[in-house]
Amino acid sequence: MDNSKIPQTLPRFSATFDPHTLAEIRRAAATGIYDIRGGGTKRSLPHFDDLLFLGASVSRYPLEGYREKCATDVWLGTRFAKKPIHLKTPITIAGMSFGALSAQAKEALGRGATIAGTSTTTGDGGMTPEERGQSQTLVYQYLPSRYGMNPDDIRKADAIEVVIGQGAKPGGGGMLLGQKISDRVAAMRTLPKGIDQRSACRHPDWTGPDDLEIKIEELREITDWEKPIYVKVGATRPYYDVALAVKSGADVVVLDGMQGGTAATQDVFIEHVGIPILAAIRPAVQALQDLGMHRKVQLIVSGGIRNGADVAKALALGADAVAIGTAALVALGDNDPRWAAEYAKLGTEAGAYDDWHEGRDPAGITTQDPELASRLDPVAAGRRLANYLAVLTLEAQTIARACGKSHLHNLEPEDLVALTIEAAAMARVPLAGTNWIPGQQF
Amino acid sequence: MPVVDLAVTSKRDLNAALHALTADTNETLWHVANPEGAHAIAAGVDVPITVEIDGHAGYYCAGMNQRATVIVNGNAGVGVAENMMSGKVHVKGDASQAAGATAHGGLLVIDGNASARCGISMKGIDIVVKGSIGPMSAFMAQAGNLVVLGNAGEALGDSLYEARLFVRGSVQSLGADCIEKDMRPEHIEILTRLLAEAGVEGVSPQEFRRYGSARGLYNFHVDNASAY
Ligand SMILES: Cc1cc2nc3c(=O)[nH]c(=O)nc-3n(C[C@H](O)[C@H](O)[C@H](O)COP(=O)(O)O)c2cc1C
Repeated sequence: MDNSKIPQTLPRFSATFDPHTLAEIRRAAATGIYDIRGGGTKRSLPHFDDLLFLGASVSRYPLEGYREKCATDVWLGTRFAKKPIHLKTPITIAGMSFGALSAQAKEALGRGATIAGTSTTTGDGGMTPEERGQSQTLVYQYLPSRYGMNPDDIRKADAIEVVIGQGAKPGGGGMLLGQKISDRVAAMRTLPKGIDQRSACRHPDWTGPDDLEIKIEELREITDWEKPIYVKVGATRPYYDVALAVKSGADVVVLDGMQGGTAATQDVFIEHVGIPILAAIRPAVQALQDLGMHRKVQLIVSGGIRNGADVAKALALGADAVAIGTAALVALGDNDPRWAAEYAKLGTEAGAYDDWHEGRDPAGITTQDPELASRLDPVAAGRRLANYLAVLTLEAQTIARACGKSHLHNLEPEDLVALTIEAAAMARVPLAGTNWIPGQQF
Repeated sequence: MPVVDLAVTSKRDLNAALHALTADTNETLWHVANPEGAHAIAAGVDVPITVEIDGHAGYYCAGMNQRATVIVNGNAGVGVAENMMSGKVHVKGDASQAAGATAHGGLLVIDGNASARCGISMKGIDIVVKGSIGPMSAFMAQAGNLVVLGNAGEALGDSLYEARLFVRGSVQSLGADCIEKDMRPEHIEILTRLLAEAGVEGVSPQEFRRYGSARGLYNFHVDNASAY
C-alpha cells in the first residue's frame, strides 16, 4: 500500500500539558528557581464580564443621559477620622511602590488622579516628594517592611492604609530584585544597593486582630485622629477579614481580588492563591451589613477593573469605590505597541510583557534605569490617566442612568443578573432569565 | 512642670498636648502618672522634651518618637519606641516583644530584659539591653546597633542585612545568614560610645562578641533555595 495515502493523525497537544506548561517545566529544569513576574493572574476566571445589568423596563424608568444628574462622588473615612476624604469619582489609584515604578510613573499617577479628582497611593518603599507634590489626595501605605516609614510623611498624608495583604499574593511579602535597587531606592529603603530584596510578609510589631486594633489606635494617636485609616486585605476569607478589620477600628476596608496586579511575585502565587474579586465582594458587604456598618465603613474593591462596566458592577454589588493598578499603568503607556521592537528584543510582545521585576521596561514605567524612565513624560502620561479615569466614570454613569439611578451608589444587586451559574453563585444574583441564585432558597 | 494623671486626664488629651508643643517650649519636663499600661503613651512626639512615665506603659509607648526623651519608670509593652527616628527612650524595667522595631534612629535603652523580636527590622536605631533578649531578635535588621549585655535567644539576626549585633553572653542559636564576625577597632569604638550613652559602667567592650550578615542571601541563587 502507498504510505502517502494513509491518513495521518495531526500532531495533538495535550490540554493538561499545554505548550505553556511544557515551556515552564523546561525553564524550571534549566534554572532550579521558580518563575517570578509582574502583573496579575493570566488565566481566565469568573469575573465582572459574567454579569449583566438589566437596565430600565416598564417597571423601572431610566434617567435622561445629558439632563438628569447622576452623581459620582464618594466620602471615605467618615467613621472616625476628623478629616475624611471626599473624591469626585469612586475610582482610586491603588498603591504601587516607588522602586517597582519609576519616579516619573509615580508622579504621573499623582497628576492623573489629581486632574480626575481622586486619590493615589504610595507603596512599599515610602513617599517620594514628586508624588506628594503632584497628588492632591495621597494615601500613605503602612506595610510590613516599613521601608521609608517616617512620621513626617505620615503627617503629610491624607489617609493611612495598613496593608495586610494583596490579592495577587495574600500571605506573601514584596520582592524587588537587585536590578531595580538603584542608589535612590536603596537609600529610601535603608538597604544595600543591588541586593534581591524580599519584604516581610508579616507586620513586625503586631499579630492578629486584637493587636491590629491597638496598632490602629497608635496611628490615630500619632495623627491626632485626623486621618482616615484603611485596612487592605487580599481576597481570601472576605467575610471574616472584613469583620475583623471593622472590629479593629478601620475607617475603610480595601479588598483586592486575585486578579490584582503585583510588581513581582512567584507566578505560582499569582495564579493559585486567593479568590477572584467577583467571589469576594458579596461576603465582604454581608459582613458590613451584619455589623450594621455598610456605608459607614467604606469598602474599596480592586483586582482586574478595566472599564466603567466593571466599576458599576463592583458598586452595584455593594462597594463604595474601586481601585485600579494595572489599568492605570496601561493608561500611562505600559505594554504600548509603539515599543513593539523593544519588547521583541526582550523575548516578548507588547501586551504580554510581564518581566517588570527586571527593570528593563521599554515604556519607562516599571524601571529604575534613568534612560528608560526618562521616556515617560509625567505630564502627558498623567493626562492620559486623567482621560481614562474620565471615561471610566462616564461609562459607569451611562449604566447607572440606564438603570434609573441618580448616584452611582444607588446601583444595587437587583440591577444585575449573571451569565453563568458560577457567577450567579459568587455574586449572589440570579442566572439571567431565571430567578435562581445558586445556594439560596426561594 | 506639667504632671498629667491618666486617672483623670485621657491619653488623647495627653498626646494632643504633647503634639501641640513647639520646639522652643519651656515645658520641657513632663510627668505622666497612673499610666496603668495604656497604649501609645507619648507616641508621635516631635519636640526636644523629656516625658517621664511613672509606672508601666502598654503597647507602642513613644512610637515614632522624634527628638524627645521618654523614660518609662516601669515595664513597657509591645513595640516600645517602634519606628523611632531620633531622641531617646529609656525603659527602667523589662520590655515586651518587638522593642525598637523598624526604628530609624535614636537610642533605646532597656535596663531589664527584652522579649522576642527585639530590634526586628531595625533601620538605624541603637538599642542597648542590659539584660537578655528573646528569640528572633534583629530579624531582617537593616541598620543600626543592637547591644546585649546578657544572652540572646534562638535565631538571632535571621535574614540580617547590615545591622551590627553585639552580645556579651551566650547566643542560643544564630538565624539564617547570621555569623560571628571579628571585632575591629571601629566596633570597639561604637560599643564604648553606646555603653557610655546607656550609662553602663564596669563593662568592657572586649567582653562582647560581634554578629553580622554573611551576605550570602543577598542575591537569589539556586543553591540557597532551602534558606528562602
Ligand atoms: C507595579 C505594581 C506595584 C504594586 N505595588 C504594591 C504595593 O507596594 N503595595 C500594595 O499594597 N499593593 C501593590 N500593588 C497592588 C495594587 O495596589 C492593587 O492591589 C492591584 O494592582 C489592583 O489590581 P489591578 O492591577 O488588577 O487593578 C502593586 C501592583 C502593581 C501592578
